[in-house]
Amino acid sequence: MTRELWKGNEAIAEAAIRAGLEGYFGYPITPQTETLEWMSRRMPELGRIFLQAESEPAAINMVYGAACTGARVMTSSSSPGISLMMEGLSYIAGTEVPVVLVDVMRGGPGLGNIAPSQGDYNQICHGGGHGDYHPIVLAPASVQEAVDLVPLAFDLAEKYLNIACVLLDGSIGQMMEPVELPEMRPVVRKEYAWATTGAKDRSRHVLTSIYLEVGLEEEVNLRLLKRWEAIKANEVRFKEYYLDDAEIAVIGFGTAGRVALSAVRAARAQGIKVGLFRPISVSPYPYQQVAALAERVKSLLVVEMNTGQMLEDVRLAVSRRIPIEFYGRLGGVVPFPDEILGEIQRIAKQPPSLEGHPAQRWLERMTAPQR
Amino acid sequence: MQTEIIIAGFGGQGVMFAGQVLAYAAMDKGEEVTWIPSYGPEMRGGTANCTVVIADEEIGSPLVKNPPASIVMNLPSYDKYEPLVKPGGVLVVNASMVDRGAKRDDITEIFVPANDIAEEIGDRRLANMVAAGALIACLPILSIEDLEAALEAHMPGRHKRLLPKNYEALRKGAEFATEHARKAK
Repeated sequence: MTRELWKGNEAIAEAAIRAGLEGYFGYPITPQTETLEWMSRRMPELGRIFLQAESEPAAINMVYGAACTGARVMTSSSSPGISLMMEGLSYIAGTEVPVVLVDVMRGGPGLGNIAPSQGDYNQICHGGGHGDYHPIVLAPASVQEAVDLVPLAFDLAEKYLNIACVLLDGSIGQMMEPVELPEMRPVVRKEYAWATTGAKDRSRHVLTSIYLEVGLEEEVNLRLLKRWEAIKANEVRFKEYYLDDAEIAVIGFGTAGRVALSAVRAARAQGIKVGLFRPISVSPYPYQQVAALAERVKSLLVVEMNTGQMLEDVRLAVSRRIPIEFYGRLGGVVPFPDEILGEIQRIAKQPPSLEGHPAQRWLERMTAPQR
Repeated sequence: MQTEIIIAGFGGQGVMFAGQVLAYAAMDKGEEVTWIPSYGPEMRGGTANCTVVIADEEIGSPLVKNPPASIVMNLPSYDKYEPLVKPGGVLVVNASMVDRGAKRDDITEIFVPANDIAEEIGDRRLANMVAAGALIACLPILSIEDLEAALEAHMPGRHKRLLPKNYEALRKGAEFATEHARKAK
């Protein structure tokens, strides 16, 4: 396979097309628009559906309707646009149809800015829409990984009749890296027993997220939860770097993870025994692996481009067995490796405390008057 | 082994494209590479920049604070990046757009009148390739031939007729930088 230089947003679109995407519905928003733009050119030339909706709520409800036919469909947006889609996402979860969502995160809250951020972690992984549901969330740290995770997202969404989200930030969307794209897969419409394909010579299929009879709604919730248990057991993904003899482990996903890799290498060059654990599935979260990591290393450093949202998942996994420190940059600021290196050096010199909250200590350091 | 390059200038000076040419050349040589633009409102005027990282292993951060190599195409970019270049590094300055001298003596600053050289070749828009040629003459990671091959391989067909002038711009830039370096010694 030849390597080609691709921009993240365009590579994601092409990867989805080659995975047999039948319909794309979306609305432009920076820093994600190149995905929609690529779709607008490629989908019609392949005889597939591209539709620019009048708004994000319209786009997600078109995706919802199209998913009910059993077609392979998706949408993409960035943080404020994703917020607008939350009602539709909850309906999709409640109707148990497979949908792929791409969130190219930007600085927030509110309209925020268009710079890279990881501020949607909680919204995407731990809720967002109302009711009890869990999306599968995959967080690539490079353009190649995004290209690899998009087809997987479709496969997982369809296997578990679940929402699968590819969660990245604006920097991966905007940057170019060499990638190997997958071969073009043919469009294959799966024969779902539930799909609304036109009730010719058969009884009607009814797809809904409304169950006025509370017992039935409870059954739906239990069924969703059973499926989630299977996802938790089978679909945890992560990558480890330099952890064999590590005494300090840095944990970060997506861009924060790859920036931390540079810091870990620089620290290694100074003789500090440090490694990196990079979750790829952030939902289901690799709780067991992080718990096992806490048995092997002396302290942890969690790095995120938010106020410590994944930090809470790490704390849940680790309990109070070893000390954790946190380092975050906010509002669209991407940390430089030097900043993370400084944190690693500080931890290597003076092991952090088991007492107190890591994010509180970080906030104090962040807001301390500069000397 | 890793090298980071920041290229900065006004929107429209071709800083993004110059970075992409370096990225293509590195990729075609089998290296790992990242190209990341500033993608804010500066795309529509004001200063724009891109960062290229070239390495022989999986690249961590695509952004770097203190690059060992940089091109600045205008004065605001010069003011911003001159203090940031890593000691011992190389800074190519578009002398056609900058009216001051160097403030540092711990880096190699190469003043190339990129606009003037580009105009001599016949197209002011080639200033980016003149500057890229000057930088590459000072960096061991890529050669002028690598850049030419990248242009040839990746420039869309409709632009192929522009290749000879791009090659000329790269070579003139490289010659100027080499001459400058010789004089400095």
